[in-house]
Amino acid sequence: MIELDTTDRRLLRELVRDATQSASTLGRKLGLSQPATWRRIRRLHDSGVIKGQRLDLDHDRLGFGVTVFLGVKLATKGRVSIDDFERAVSAIPEVQTVEHILGLYDYRLRVVARDISDFERVLRRRIMMLPGVGDVEANVMLSEERRPGPIG
Amino acid sequence: MLDDTDRRLLRHYQHDAALPVAELAERAGVTPATCARRLDRMKSAGVIRANRAVIDWRALGYEVEVSLRVTLEKSHPRAFDEFLAAAREVPEVVEIQTFLGRVDLRLSVIARDMAHYQEIYRSAILSLPHIADIEALMHVARIKSDEILPL
Repeated sequence: MIELDTTDRRLLRELVRDATQSASTLGRKLGLSQPATWRRIRRLHDSGVIKGQRLDLDHDRLGFGVTVFLGVKLATKGRVSIDDFERAVSAIPEVQTVEHILGLYDYRLRVVARDISDFERVLRRRIMMLPGVGDVEANVMLSEERRPGPIG
Repeated sequence: MLDDTDRRLLRHYQHDAALPVAELAERAGVTPATCARRLDRMKSAGVIRANRAVIDWRALGYEVEVSLRVTLEKSHPRAFDEFLAAAREVPEVVEIQTFLGRVDLRLSVIARDMAHYQEIYRSAILSLPHIADIEALMHVARIKSDEILPL
């Protein structure tokens, strides 16, 4: 685990906002030389603090008007292989994220669809057909905020 | 509107958002100039909102992730706004979603360990306004997290 100083945290916030900024642009904002900025960026990557880059797309403009969070319970724990379920659910293109959780449900899925009838198709033809799937609870997302987290 | 070439570019770009323009152009079968022009157009049209670095909180010592499903006291007309404003002030809250369904909201909370989580839960979460009910789901593993749109 690495310790971040104030400059690292500011750099990280900048990269979360826009990862395509050059080391010289970022250096100007933070009052650092281009090589010093580059070394800090390198360190954030090498230590695994930055694990990748993600394209933030406007779902509505691309025709995906609906996002649903599904809580899924497995019906036949032990009998159906968890690996089979995880492989099958990850292969569904409309399923954006799959998280294994403890509590009321076994998995949380984030599903995108063009509209509610498209979501119904994904739910009936894809999700409900998964091996071992039991109770499913759907919550339709109305809004979302990603927060900077404890680096502010 | 987007054409097939734009969609092809976005498909490749989504799978590897760190690709340099020249390489993205090659994979999508367009010239680098075309690629840069189309990306600029999609940015100014708001289709591409940003290209963001993704933080691995575990690498910073945050080992625990809990999903809190919250139901609010809806008798108060400003319950949502006041709850959201207060939740934004908690640094360990990394995601907030509002829903139409059985629960009203979900907060994603990170903590260094269970003791730290307990402290955040007691001092910051339970004091958020207008809570009727909270369910906690403990995050075990992320199986898929690329958030790719099926374009």
